Amino acid sequence: MKEATSKERKVNINKLERIANQLRIDSLEMICHRQAGHPGGSLSAAEIVATLFFHTMNINPANPEWEDRDRFILSKGHASALLYAALARKGYFSLSDLERWGDLDCHLQGHPDILKTPGVDMTSGILGHGIALGAGLCLAARAKNKSYRVYTLLGDGECQAGIIWEGAMLASKYRLGNLTAIMDYNDVQLDGFVHDIMPMEPLLQKWTAFKWHVIEINGHQVEEIIQALEASKAFHDQPTMIIAHTVKGKGVSFMENKSEWHGKAPTPQQLEQAKAEIGRRM
Amino acid sequence: MANLSQREAFGRALMAYGQESKDVVVLDADTSSSTLSKFFAEAFPDRFYNVGIAEPCLVDVAVGFALGGLIPFINAFSALLSLRALEQIRTCVAYSNTNVKIAAGYAGLSDYKDGPTHHSLIDIGIMRMLPGMTVIVPADTLEIKAWVPVVAEHRGPVFLRLSRAGGEIVHHKEPEVRIGKGFELRKGSDISIITAGLMVSRSLKAADILMKEGISTSVIEMPSIKPIDQELILAAAEETGTLVTTEEHSVLGGLGSAVAEVVTAHNPVPVEKVGIQDVFARTGPDPDSLMDAYGLGVEDICQACYRAITKKKN
Repeated sequence: MKEATSKERKVNINKLERIANQLRIDSLEMICHRQAGHPGGSLSAAEIVATLFFHTMNINPANPEWEDRDRFILSKGHASALLYAALARKGYFSLSDLERWGDLDCHLQGHPDILKTPGVDMTSGILGHGIALGAGLCLAARAKNKSYRVYTLLGDGECQAGIIWEGAMLASKYRLGNLTAIMDYNDVQLDGFVHDIMPMEPLLQKWTAFKWHVIEINGHQVEEIIQALEASKAFHDQPTMIIAHTVKGKGVSFMENKSEWHGKAPTPQQLEQAKAEIGRRM
Repeated sequence: MANLSQREAFGRALMAYGQESKDVVVLDADTSSSTLSKFFAEAFPDRFYNVGIAEPCLVDVAVGFALGGLIPFINAFSALLSLRALEQIRTCVAYSNTNVKIAAGYAGLSDYKDGPTHHSLIDIGIMRMLPGMTVIVPADTLEIKAWVPVVAEHRGPVFLRLSRAGGEIVHHKEPEVRIGKGFELRKGSDISIITAGLMVSRSLKAADILMKEGISTSVIEMPSIKPIDQELILAAAEETGTLVTTEEHSVLGGLGSAVAEVVTAHNPVPVEKVGIQDVFARTGPDPDSLMDAYGLGVEDICQACYRAITKKKN
């Protein structure tokens, strides 16, 4: 494959940035419409999800069950609005479904559901599952001689759960080079700042000590995300943890770094203000 | 053929099935020399995964295998699977309907020497409440051998409850087991005992005593506790008008409760439950005397039958 020119790269990055902001607007509209959902952690992960679904992952919306597809597990399942927006924009289902999120007859559940929504590779919502589930899928890929990769997006507060570290040990024991975890490190959880509720640092050293390949990036810089995801593919005998520094509520001034926006819906007026702010960046 | 302990019967059956199906993978949480999943591990080291002392991780890794198209059998102690790993089993196995086979060892009082921390007396009740979960409690060696392929080839989650111990032989040839089906082991007209697991052979002994006393006793083995054989239970209720259930489990939530649910909805008859009476047991010298000490003896079954007959409506 020929190398992308720097001009092509720039166009690509601009496109992904635009998609990320579109997903932000979609997510907030969904949350406002339903008056339920989790805006803060959807906004912080927008560039990561946009890059995975619209650049990095080898997937086919026309065939969501394709055996050789890359897998994505939204371990921080409360960012479901963001995932649903990405799946709809990618073409897994109609954009109009997003307005029916949470309706009794709608396939879109509060949290992602593998049995109901096309494109959802695993049910999530209770925190802590992504790494162990992903590791099992990676082992299955190895057992079946498949070359797909498994990506899982974790919250930072989520990594306070013990099972994360059980999975971390297992992934390094089995040298799962086909596993890439991304931690959306926005430093805000439901009750306040992560560094107050249960300090996690030093995270780089923790993951390194668990024998993961660790990359630290700015999780809002698409170019850095692309490079980190590419780099993770080169490590064949070690899982990769991408610690993505982000801002909770990114792009909406009144939501940024505020734990109250972890799981609160904006009013229609607040939605308009948020959309205007995000729109100015598009 | 001598009756093996349930763990040995299962360990050998799983190894044998591993030869037949290349899609079976086996996982354990540092208990493979107890659950005897080590037989499979020794025969197929490339298809065996030891996750260490981490039952929640054990379940999730197995779910990953199932998503990737394999048939994972996870092995650990039932008390830990049904309690410590319950959230993983609820969310990622039952709710997500993944094809994970849970071989829950050391169930009931069979880990007599390790005491109440290791006893597993509410696992059937817990698992039975999960939508989509199949719960199987086999009685002896040949039955376990029969269940392994059936469990593996059933599409969906199964909780296979196994004892560390082994009761007496119930089946002299390999029974034809089916999910949702019980067996009428003995036909009688005065009372029916509905039983599972190690309590089957004890119930048969009780039936022998009752027969000598002139009480015609039916014995129904109900290995498929969920889905349960409603038809067989209702036929027994109709025929004998009173039921006794026997199980190595709490009287709350297990086989007795499941049977009572069926008859109260369709044909209310008295149900006397032999089981652990909502208490924690204690450490004991061997499984049999511990079972006897906690009301699971042959004499306890006979007494329950007398009570059930007294309550019978005419």
